[in-house]
Amino acid sequence: MLLDKVIAGALVLLSAYMMSHAILLPIGWNGETGGPGGGAFPFWCSLIILICAVFVIFRPARSYEADQFTFDREMMGPLIQVIVAIAVTIALIPTAGAYVAIPLFLFWYLKIYGKHSWTLALSITMLTPIAVFFFFEATLKILLPKGITEPFFFPLYAMFF
Amino acid sequence: MEVLSLLADGFATSLSPFNLFIVIIGVTAGLFIGAMPGLGSVNGVAIVLPLTFIVPPSSAIILLAAIYYGAMYGGAVSSILLGIPGASTAVATTFDGRPMAQKGQAGLALIAAAVASFVGGTISVVLFTLFAAPLADIALSFGPAEEFALVLLAFTTFVGLGGDDSLKTIIMICLGLALSTVGLDLISGQPRLIFGDMPGFYSGISFLVLAIGTYGLGEILYTIETSKTAPKVTNARITFAELGAGLKRMNSLWKTMSLGSFLGFFVGMLPAAGATPAALMSYGIAKQTSKTSDTFGKGNIEGVAAPETANNAASTGSLLPMLTLGIPGSPTTALLLGGMVMWGLVPGPMLFIEQPDFVWGLISSLYTANFAAVAVNIALIPVFVWALRMPFTVLCALVVVLCIVGGFAPSQKMHDVWLIFAFGVGGYLLRKADYPLAPLVLALVLGPLMEKSFRQTLIAEQGNILAFVERPLSATFIGLAILFFVMPFVVAFITGAKERLHVPSKRPKIN
Repeated sequence: MLLDKVIAGALVLLSAYMMSHAILLPIGWNGETGGPGGGAFPFWCSLIILICAVFVIFRPARSYEADQFTFDREMMGPLIQVIVAIAVTIALIPTAGAYVAIPLFLFWYLKIYGKHSWTLALSITMLTPIAVFFFFEATLKILLPKGITEPFFFPLYAMFF
Repeated sequence: MEVLSLLADGFATSLSPFNLFIVIIGVTAGLFIGAMPGLGSVNGVAIVLPLTFIVPPSSAIILLAAIYYGAMYGGAVSSILLGIPGASTAVATTFDGRPMAQKGQAGLALIAAAVASFVGGTISVVLFTLFAAPLADIALSFGPAEEFALVLLAFTTFVGLGGDDSLKTIIMICLGLALSTVGLDLISGQPRLIFGDMPGFYSGISFLVLAIGTYGLGEILYTIETSKTAPKVTNARITFAELGAGLKRMNSLWKTMSLGSFLGFFVGMLPAAGATPAALMSYGIAKQTSKTSDTFGKGNIEGVAAPETANNAASTGSLLPMLTLGIPGSPTTALLLGGMVMWGLVPGPMLFIEQPDFVWGLISSLYTANFAAVAVNIALIPVFVWALRMPFTVLCALVVVLCIVGGFAPSQKMHDVWLIFAFGVGGYLLRKADYPLAPLVLALVLGPLMEKSFRQTLIAEQGNILAFVERPLSATFIGLAILFFVMPFVVAFITGAKERLHVPSKRPKIN
């Protein structure tokens, strides 16, 4: 039940924040063109979210909901680890480069988190970036951020472009 | 028959060797995605969409439609072999599919599911072919007022028929609509909701970012939390004798299968309804009308055939409003619609006039996809048994990498990757608290259309808000919308008054 109210509370804050941005544009009826101003749509939608979320917080608890909103405590630790690992990977991409961040993530996930064998962990860690390179960079010409590893890719660029 | 000549032209497109190859790749990928517990058609399409830049748009949509199709077939595989539905659409298949597998009839159950899917798919594709052109003709007379009313109707069906908490459904619709306004205002050109003047928000929030976040990353987080122990895979071997026996058994189930197909097609057309309720309804009807209804739930082959025909038929049905009206009926078709817009195609009735090759190529590809899916499905059963033994952590790791790289590729901005992360965590938490995600994605895709048609109507009618109810079609849609909207509140009021102290039974959920 607590989670339900916390999330509804977060939605109240989010909608208030969106409303504070929406009022920078006219939210009322625009007499000249006929019809609502540019801020009207986001403003009124956010207001509806706010009202509904307040209702969710203050409505009486229904018995069938109580058992649904529980986290599996045992899995909370691993889950937070994965979320942090993904955030670290994304943060590393612009600086250390995608071809450092992604193998690091894969190795951590497969070997340390997933406790797989060295063969499996290392082969996926090595093969995935190669597949990504050939698919995105060589075929689609979409360059992933490389950060400090950029110079290492010059010979490869020369080969494929 | 004009339809037949158009369809024949379509086959000229879809039977080209390249498109045939695309269909086979698509259904195979879809089958695997669908067979993986937790990943369904919507996840598959969301994760694969960024990769479709590799082929031209007309082939890309065929590829995605084939994945969608394949995933519908694949969902049954893990329902039968693991007892866990491969996708929410295959929930009803576990009721009898799992008991059959435990009795040692896993092979027969898989054949039944594949054949039933094929029958459901084929009947519904024929219905689709017959309905598509007339519906598009009607839709040609729609002005902005009708467009607005139709989008409104689509949203209110989620409140009325979605089966989720009404308040939470309304919150998710409005959240999607509000997020869709981020960026430059289409009419005045002013920037809106560009939180803290971040340049990344000027181009708006792409539906792809939300979809990869909620259905890619969010789904993985959800699965990590819920899959503590690896499920046990039942072995299945298929011999030609078994295949023959299976086909013979299925031949006696024509009544169940055709009923399921028609039901699935029409339920699938409704936004908010779709494949999951269609499958459950079909299962219920089959159970009531069957001569052997007492063995339902204990491994009756009819209980596998009924939901599998309906969920495949529903997936075709939900393509109909997306293609003819430009209003998607499910999150997966919303993604297909978003993809078409991304490739520069405008879904809706004009597509039938301006791009007939594309439309009929897509429709005819549904026929080829159906044939390909049933053949690949039965041929690859041993591979599925092996693939389902793949440790889940390997799949998770690869999906996370695909979400990050695939999220970066379309816009090539790290801003979008961070948004995917935020939507992933946020979507996971919202899902934990029982907020439905489908209306959120649909609202983000339809938001720009809804706002534009609303404001266009009012500008054209000098601000006369009654314009929406002065046109007969739009008035009808608005009337239906109001009906759907108030329905759950009336029902809640009546049942609330009746059984204030009893535990209300929860209706089946749709994701």
